[in-house]
Amino acid sequence: MTIDPIVTELRLPTRLGFEKVAMNTAASVAEIMGFSSDRVEDLKTAVSEACINAIEHGNQLNELLGVVVTMSMSVESLEVKIRDHGPGVHEEMHVPDIDRKMLGEEDPRGMGMFLIQALVDEVEYVSEQPGGGSYARLVIHLHPGGKS
Amino acid sequence: MVTPTKTKVEQNGDLAVMRFEGDITSTSEDAVLGQYKALPADTKKILLDFSKVPYLNSSGIALVIQLMMAASKVPQKVVCFGLSAHFVKVFTMLGLAKYTTLHTDEAAARAAVA
Repeated sequence: MTIDPIVTELRLPTRLGFEKVAMNTAASVAEIMGFSSDRVEDLKTAVSEACINAIEHGNQLNELLGVVVTMSMSVESLEVKIRDHGPGVHEEMHVPDIDRKMLGEEDPRGMGMFLIQALVDEVEYVSEQPGGGSYARLVIHLHPGGKS
Repeated sequence: MVTPTKTKVEQNGDLAVMRFEGDITSTSEDAVLGQYKALPADTKKILLDFSKVPYLNSSGIALVIQLMMAASKVPQKVVCFGLSAHFVKVFTMLGLAKYTTLHTDEAAARAAVA
């Protein structure tokens, strides 16, 4: 028998700073599920960075648009979807190079996607039909490496 | 939503301690780089105090990298303290530990530049 996930959903304004609402809500859900404090901190940073990407790049800071964050809690994992109105992520994830940054050869920013990838167990970027927006899907497992 | 960053600077000879308070994000340029640029020219050692920073994102870390870039050109030694275990991990993951040292408390940070 499968158990339906328990879903919490937020609609954020497209305004920097509101990523903290999603970050703190995701942290509360993860704490309820029993994730360790270090995993909760990992999730907070990943959700924050994904929301910032949605606000800045997906919605291009257009305050007429919203960002929808859906947290689905199942027995073994927490899935967080961050949906915006942009076309989605199509480029390869860039691994930041601190040496090049320090030499001014690389933008000091551009670390968000790398952090997301490094801090959660699964990441997926999905573009919906043309004009339909896109979402980032992040998953953390209660027992990484185990069956979820 | 974002707690504005305040920076208190304590200067003692060639040592400056920059004490940040509040979130460090893309809106913190004046508090991080502006305050750094206002340090006396003879500053040789800089301690960055993150113990009152509850939220730091990648745009905020980029400002710290820009500070470190500017300091490396002088050159000045930059050390950090007061980061949570999570942000020590994040700074290390991003390679910042190659250009600064990360200490749990101020005493250890001061010892590193003594």
